[in-house]
Amino acid sequence: MEQSEENKKKVVVRVCIGTGGLAAGGKEVIEAFKKAITDFCVDIELDFTCHYQKVGCRGFCARDVLVDVVDGDTSVTYQGIKPDIAKRIVEEHLIKGEPVKEWLIDASYYAFHAKQLKILLKDCGTIDPEDIQAYINVGGYSGIKKIVSAMTPEDVINEIKASAIRGRGGAGFPTGVKWEACRKAPGDVRYIVCNADEGDPGAFMDRSIIEGNPHSVVEGLMIAAYAIGASLGYVYIRAEYPAAVDRLKLAIAQAHELGYLGNNLFGSGFHFDVRIKLGAGAFVCGEETALIASIEGERGMPRAKPPFPVHKGLWGKPTVINNVETLSNIPYIIRNGAAWYSAIGTGKSKGTKVFALTGKVKNTGLIEVPMGIRLGEIIYDIGGGIIGNKQFKAVQTGGPSGGCIPAELLDTPVDFESLGRVGSIIGSGGMVVLDETDCMVNIAKFFLEFTQAESCGKCVPCRIGTKRLLEILDRITRGLGKEGDIELLETLCADVKAASLCGLGQTAPNPILSTLKYFRGEYEAHIREKKCPAKVCKDLLTYSIIEEVCTGCGACRRACPAGAIAGDKKKPHRIDPEKCIKCGACFDVCKFASVSRE
Amino acid sequence: MPKVTIDGKTVNVPEGITVLDAAKRLHISIPTLCHHPKLTPFGGCRLCLIEIKGIPRPVTSCTTPVSEGMEVTTTSPNLESLRKTVLELILSDHPNDCMVCERAGDCTLQELAYFYGIRENRFEGERRIYTKRDGNPFIERDMEKCILCGRCVKVCDEVEGVGAIDFAYRGFKSKICPPYEKDLDCEFCGQCIAVCPTGALTGKSWKQKGRQKEVREVDTTCGYCGCGCNLTLHVHGNEVIRVDSKADTINEGWLCVKGRFGYNFISSHDRLKKPLIRITLKTRDASRVTRNEVFREASWDEALDYIAERLKSIRDKHGPDSFAGLSSARATNEENYLFQKFVRAVIGTNNIDHCARY
Ligand SMILES: Cc1cc2nc3c(=O)[nH]c(=O)nc-3n(C[C@H](O)[C@H](O)[C@H](O)COP(=O)(O)O)c2cc1C
Ligand code: SF4
Ligand code: SF4
Ligand code: SF4
Repeated sequence: MEQSEENKKKVVVRVCIGTGGLAAGGKEVIEAFKKAITDFCVDIELDFTCHYQKVGCRGFCARDVLVDVVDGDTSVTYQGIKPDIAKRIVEEHLIKGEPVKEWLIDASYYAFHAKQLKILLKDCGTIDPEDIQAYINVGGYSGIKKIVSAMTPEDVINEIKASAIRGRGGAGFPTGVKWEACRKAPGDVRYIVCNADEGDPGAFMDRSIIEGNPHSVVEGLMIAAYAIGASLGYVYIRAEYPAAVDRLKLAIAQAHELGYLGNNLFGSGFHFDVRIKLGAGAFVCGEETALIASIEGERGMPRAKPPFPVHKGLWGKPTVINNVETLSNIPYIIRNGAAWYSAIGTGKSKGTKVFALTGKVKNTGLIEVPMGIRLGEIIYDIGGGIIGNKQFKAVQTGGPSGGCIPAELLDTPVDFESLGRVGSIIGSGGMVVLDETDCMVNIAKFFLEFTQAESCGKCVPCRIGTKRLLEILDRITRGLGKEGDIELLETLCADVKAASLCGLGQTAPNPILSTLKYFRGEYEAHIREKKCPAKVCKDLLTYSIIEEVCTGCGACRRACPAGAIAGDKKKPHRIDPEKCIKCGACFDVCKFASVSRE
Repeated sequence: MPKVTIDGKTVNVPEGITVLDAAKRLHISIPTLCHHPKLTPFGGCRLCLIEIKGIPRPVTSCTTPVSEGMEVTTTSPNLESLRKTVLELILSDHPNDCMVCERAGDCTLQELAYFYGIRENRFEGERRIYTKRDGNPFIERDMEKCILCGRCVKVCDEVEGVGAIDFAYRGFKSKICPPYEKDLDCEFCGQCIAVCPTGALTGKSWKQKGRQKEVREVDTTCGYCGCGCNLTLHVHGNEVIRVDSKADTINEGWLCVKGRFGYNFISSHDRLKKPLIRITLKTRDASRVTRNEVFREASWDEALDYIAERLKSIRDKHGPDSFAGLSSARATNEENYLFQKFVRAVIGTNNIDHCARY
């Protein structure tokens, strides 16, 4: 008997189209599913209807494209899906009811999620970010509707203060306190600005939130605007985030269509609109006063505070600047209440934090964890430990403003105070795991290269000081370090921190100071013994062949791009140190471990 | 009037002034490089860092407004060591060729290096090398000496309203330049030179004419226009080698391109010192007529009598309306008044006009 279309059961195919998903072919995968279904329809009548759902990043980017097949109450997740696999899944799973085993997610997927607590990322990975209705269906925009009818702006501020949420942009300033200061600042016009500059190398939390759940940011802006008394908001977002910009534009347009943005919202007399301002991708433009200058059309250079933006911000008016993640939390706090929020986390750090977990861990990706989780739990339980069974060395948190935390401190809880105590910061949420093959001097140099290039050039300690710090690090890694260099680094680091104008310069020395604190020996080895213990710094390495072990197979000779290896067949080979460019090709290719690298 | 205590001295100061200005009132000097009293605060050089009780880190006195009961320390071992580091860092990226620099003796950076006794420098390293020189006619821009204090950018924008230059690039490579690093093409008022605390900006016409030694300063009034800006001529021997203007004058030290750079006529060989009367030569071939043959020198009496006589004869022969007078913006109000009086009352016509109307 033929079933009518409505009576057939619904199967949902959910595909990740975050930047990671898109890059891995998310859109093509959806098309392949559609095509496979249509092709099968020609020959057989299907007893189900298939629906497609595009969702934002769900964190496990290493395994993209991730696809869920949701059939009633059961949901099956596939990983690493390519368009050509779609047909098999349709045939074997959707039609015959047998999930395709090879592509099913494995235990590490569950381990990756077990210790996470997803508030922001929950909706990110399950709803269609290009459909406002999808957000509304999971409770979206109920927060703003609730407050405009039932709460005064002061009530909202008190609720946010009671939740004890602190800014996710780096400094961890209490959000409610900031809003209150702005609301109380004299003036008739006020602005709310969302900071989506996200300039830290390796950070992609804010991008993923906007791509995966843009309406949560729009609603957060609305609630903040209502609380502080603003009727115009800006999102300052870097132009290098095209997908996020498009989603945000679409979200704003859809909100307009439904009358969620514009005049007299929900009949309450509250007006609000959002504008998007594209940034050109300068790290310093994430600093709030530089960000304001940039929106105003000036060069993005920080200025001295006071006056603080809450008193004198955009166009000289009281302005609140909040990070994407901060704003995205707001609707959930309003919906579920301050008590619910403040029950998550530790003493002074409440709620969850999203981190971009990268580096030498097995499971890289975007994670959301409750404040107070131990670093070790993130690295070993969620991250699955170190790749290739190497030795864990340190975890770098907070990006260029942060520091490296060594193995003996893996018990440190992840919250604002605890990370600060061990010489690092939460920052915006970058987390790079380092193993025994990472040289700490080199890591510090990497970050200094970044901060030096991104310094706005306004003040001397940052513009020239970071350059000199970088030069000292550079000579240490090249074997030209001198006695006294460590002390010079320490003095200059302290002076750059103390004398710089903005957060960029004030924190730029942190990667050096924290590596000096925990890995001083490595600096000393570079300077005194001219050795790089992690065997990274090329200039300090010598490649040679251990005659007794060498079988004379000639693999190294063939692999050497510089023609530096000579030797007769079946006789020990030799490396000419003059010609050797230290690329390590011989070391990698030798099957008998007869190439020594010291 | 908030009461503030600076280095133990207490004073009442007007609301809203900066700690730097408050210190000035107490005759306490705080070193600065990027600060200029007539420009908005910048806070970039970090030399004016001070300590304020209750604030955990040093702040710049040029940007911090005073508040009631504020307790300020302007000098301490920590502050002095920060200042020394800042200076050493600047000098580590400076040609340090004071020996041949135009501004030696009139350079704030040099002065500070002297006061802080910076001979050795802990921070040697790469220096910016700019080979490109600017092809404009007036302003020598040696950006290797630039300390990026931003004063030139501000004066050009805030005082001159031109905005011909701005910051470009980031990090160590940051640089002040005209758009797209083209040659400077602006009013050439030279205000930027006037505020530059280093030898980065100088007048092209100043080159190797003399620095401070044996240079006299002569205050005078500019003769170019009726504004009457105050000038200070810098005179070496008997030659004017440079012109600037003092800050406490009616023009507040600001000048225009003519006043600042148009001084070479003073000792020019071509300069007119006596009246000349044109004589008609009876040469047929016009191409062979030279200047000496056309004008002859005359005394003032002879020249003025000659003009009066010719004017009279034109008026008598062709009537007063055959005459028109055009007066000049370079003359003062009084001179312009007299001139129209002369045209109306002596010649007897209303044909009088002024170049400023065109
Ligand atoms: C050099 C520098 C870069 C920054 N970059 C960002 C950024 O990319 N995103 C961000 O939200 N905050 C950034 N901040 C922090 C902001 O200045 C500001 O504190 C934050 O946006 C406030 O929002 P919050 O209270 O919600 O954390 C940066 C700060 C500095 C000093
Ligand atoms: S600390 Fe660096 S980025 Fe910040 S204002 Fe100074 S030069 Fe610019
Ligand atoms: S000469 Fe005058 S107009 Fe030209 S850059 Fe300097 S200040 Fe600006
Ligand atoms: S050119 Fe002179 S005034 Fe302009 S920024 Fe450089 S040092 Fe300052």
